Amino acid sequence: MLEILKQSSNPEICRPLAEAVIEIALEFNRKFGRKPAFMEVCGSHTMSLARTGVKQVLKNEVNLISGPGCPVCVTDQRSIDAMIALAEGENRIICTFGDMMRVPGSAKTLLDSKIAGKDIRVLYSPVDAVRVAEENPDKEVIFLGVGFETTIPILTLMIGEAEKRMIGNFSIWMTTKLVEPVLRFLLDAGEVNLDGFLLPGHVSIVLGEESYQYLVDEYQISGVITGFETAELLSGIYKSIELALSGQAAISNNHPAIVSKTGNQVIHQWLDKYLTNCDEAWRGIGVIPNSGLDLKPEYDQFNAKKRFTVDVGEPRKTKCRCGEVIRGLIAPNECPLFGKACHPINPVGPCMVSAEGSCAAYYQYMRESF
Amino acid sequence: MCVGVPAKVILKKEYSAVVDVMGSQTTVGIIFVPEVELGDFVIVHAGQAMSIVDESYARQSVEEWRRLIDARNSEAVK
Amino acid sequence: MEKYISLAHGDGGELSHRLIRDVFIEAFGDGNAAMFDAASVAISASKIAVTTDSFVIKPIFFPEGSIGKLAVAGTVNDLAVSGAKPVYLTCGFVIEEGFPIADLRRIVTDMANEARKTGVKIVAGDTKVVERGCADGVYINTTGIGVYEANIGCSLEFEEGDAIIVSGTIGDHGIAVLAARGELGITVPITSDCASLNRMLEMVLQHTEGVRIMRDPTRGGLATTLVEIAEDFNLTMKINELDLPVKKEVHGVCDLLGFDPLYIANEGKAIIVVAANEKDKVIDLLREFPEGKDAVVIGSIIGKDKGQLLLETPLGSKRLLTRLSGTMFPRIC
Repeated sequence: MLEILKQSSNPEICRPLAEAVIEIALEFNRKFGRKPAFMEVCGSHTMSLARTGVKQVLKNEVNLISGPGCPVCVTDQRSIDAMIALAEGENRIICTFGDMMRVPGSAKTLLDSKIAGKDIRVLYSPVDAVRVAEENPDKEVIFLGVGFETTIPILTLMIGEAEKRMIGNFSIWMTTKLVEPVLRFLLDAGEVNLDGFLLPGHVSIVLGEESYQYLVDEYQISGVITGFETAELLSGIYKSIELALSGQAAISNNHPAIVSKTGNQVIHQWLDKYLTNCDEAWRGIGVIPNSGLDLKPEYDQFNAKKRFTVDVGEPRKTKCRCGEVIRGLIAPNECPLFGKACHPINPVGPCMVSAEGSCAAYYQYMRESF
Repeated sequence: MCVGVPAKVILKKEYSAVVDVMGSQTTVGIIFVPEVELGDFVIVHAGQAMSIVDESYARQSVEEWRRLIDARNSEAVK
Repeated sequence: MEKYISLAHGDGGELSHRLIRDVFIEAFGDGNAAMFDAASVAISASKIAVTTDSFVIKPIFFPEGSIGKLAVAGTVNDLAVSGAKPVYLTCGFVIEEGFPIADLRRIVTDMANEARKTGVKIVAGDTKVVERGCADGVYINTTGIGVYEANIGCSLEFEEGDAIIVSGTIGDHGIAVLAARGELGITVPITSDCASLNRMLEMVLQHTEGVRIMRDPTRGGLATTLVEIAEDFNLTMKINELDLPVKKEVHGVCDLLGFDPLYIANEGKAIIVVAANEKDKVIDLLREFPEGKDAVVIGSIIGKDKGQLLLETPLGSKRLLTRLSGTMFPRIC
């Protein structure tokens, strides 16, 4: 099996595959007189497309636009400020994914708070936060629950675990995001012209292929569920162009080895048990109704927003254009701060700090000079 | 959106499993994939197995890439 | 003898005396040097190299190494990549009150063993003890003195086409130490590459011509060190992703945590930039040593004007590599 999986980065497959994509893209160009344009919804796609060189190799033939799929980047400034303010309280241990540490709040970052002596812990496996709570019964342990559909189920596991072990000093600050509402927002706004979406391979594990049918039925636009390795990305783009050429909108599952028609049903049960839809504010967009998931009222004891109040003022205004980057309206290097005032060492906006943020991916992997 | 890595299950317990990622081992939760069996590959995200990799589909994908490449090559010969 | 270090071990009195006698002199051997405020040593060169480095690492003991081995090898390597032959070391210890003396003994023994292996003498030392909670176990500073031999060294004159060689697999130390911390629950069957490279690099310098520069890619990893060379000498360097030697286990951990092996620390690797016509000879020489058995050419100098490091991806595209920016945190996205 490992041999099969390895093929996805085998240059003997990837190079000719890239040529095949270029060829079909040229065919599209001949037919429509322009480059085909696709949005990669997922931040990991943004990062992989840049890191593997796919975006670079196709830059003259295919327009790949980064979408709102980096959970850190789409979190609005007020939420980020709130999470940082949360860490200021006494007798608290804040547990978080590493991604959040350097995100700039209006006044400082979580990393700044850690340096100033606050107990902030980076976890790889979030369920460990429940153990931290158990080991520190005299402290309040709060997990910063950011994430899309792939990560949200893991947050419910933590609640399940805390419930089972009757841990009273554990809670989650939920600020989660869902893919469908934001895709609908982008399509309704009609600001970007797209020939289709590269749909996120890992989120689709949870959602399943059929969940995207609304794209075809309501918006007549195609989507191809795509993996993250070089050959998977290339074949996902190939299929997208093929669909665009056919003139027929459809959802295509280009990652069937891990994505099923209806998604992971066990995960759906966990989500249904603990969570309910809620409105969420998105950076650069504002509140989208029902675009996130929050704990059901019966789990208020684990809901940090119900247990703690934080005061945050008006977010600091900057010239950062992350909001437009997230919506696919501008490329990272069109922001006046890019690479100058805003830099991975001193990021102004979250897109520059998260590893899969469009600006960081662009800065790390897309700059070239010969 | 989410880092996910294929890992092979080498020891299965009730709610967790030891998996091998190219020779390194770690323990992951398997609550979301109760049907997982020893030797299966799973996609791991943030310490949890999210999906079992279907070998026949994985093979099909590789074959599809090869067909795509071959089709191009034979066209080039013509 | 006491089991733990106390503040009295650092006050210069009887306990300090005993600690020096029973732990340090016991291991390092030369009792005479301890009788004076400074060591007098003979040097047979008109030019010497001096370097200093402080070592703080968690955990203090890790697979195939310890802070002691590291403190000797690290400084020896800084001298060796500068083209100097390491001859003397000094060491300064900052120890936290309550540190087990058995562990200190183990560390000092590791230092003595590594020094013996590399042929350097530890000629002066110092110990300070700080209150519990003011340090994390033990910190060591070592200063190294090396001598330059006539007509041997790095030219620092680069040509287009010069080969970039790395002496073995990258990222082993960083990943081994990360796993040894136990915080991530990952078991990795690899050990730190911590090793003194002076004998191997001396051999390269003695038997080849055309070595331009040597560096050891420690913190910040291979990419950071190469960026520094490129910027310092205004070179355009290109390395090929497919040629980078990375152990599959290191690759696996990096995939899991979202790390890049190019930015993971090494403690027993050298980068050598050498004239193209000498590259095979250098590789052959390196491969005669266990520390150099995986040595490979990973790229070349493609220009002398930009001060940039480029990575060629397996697809054939190129991208700019930058220094490591900030601490790496395990990430989910």
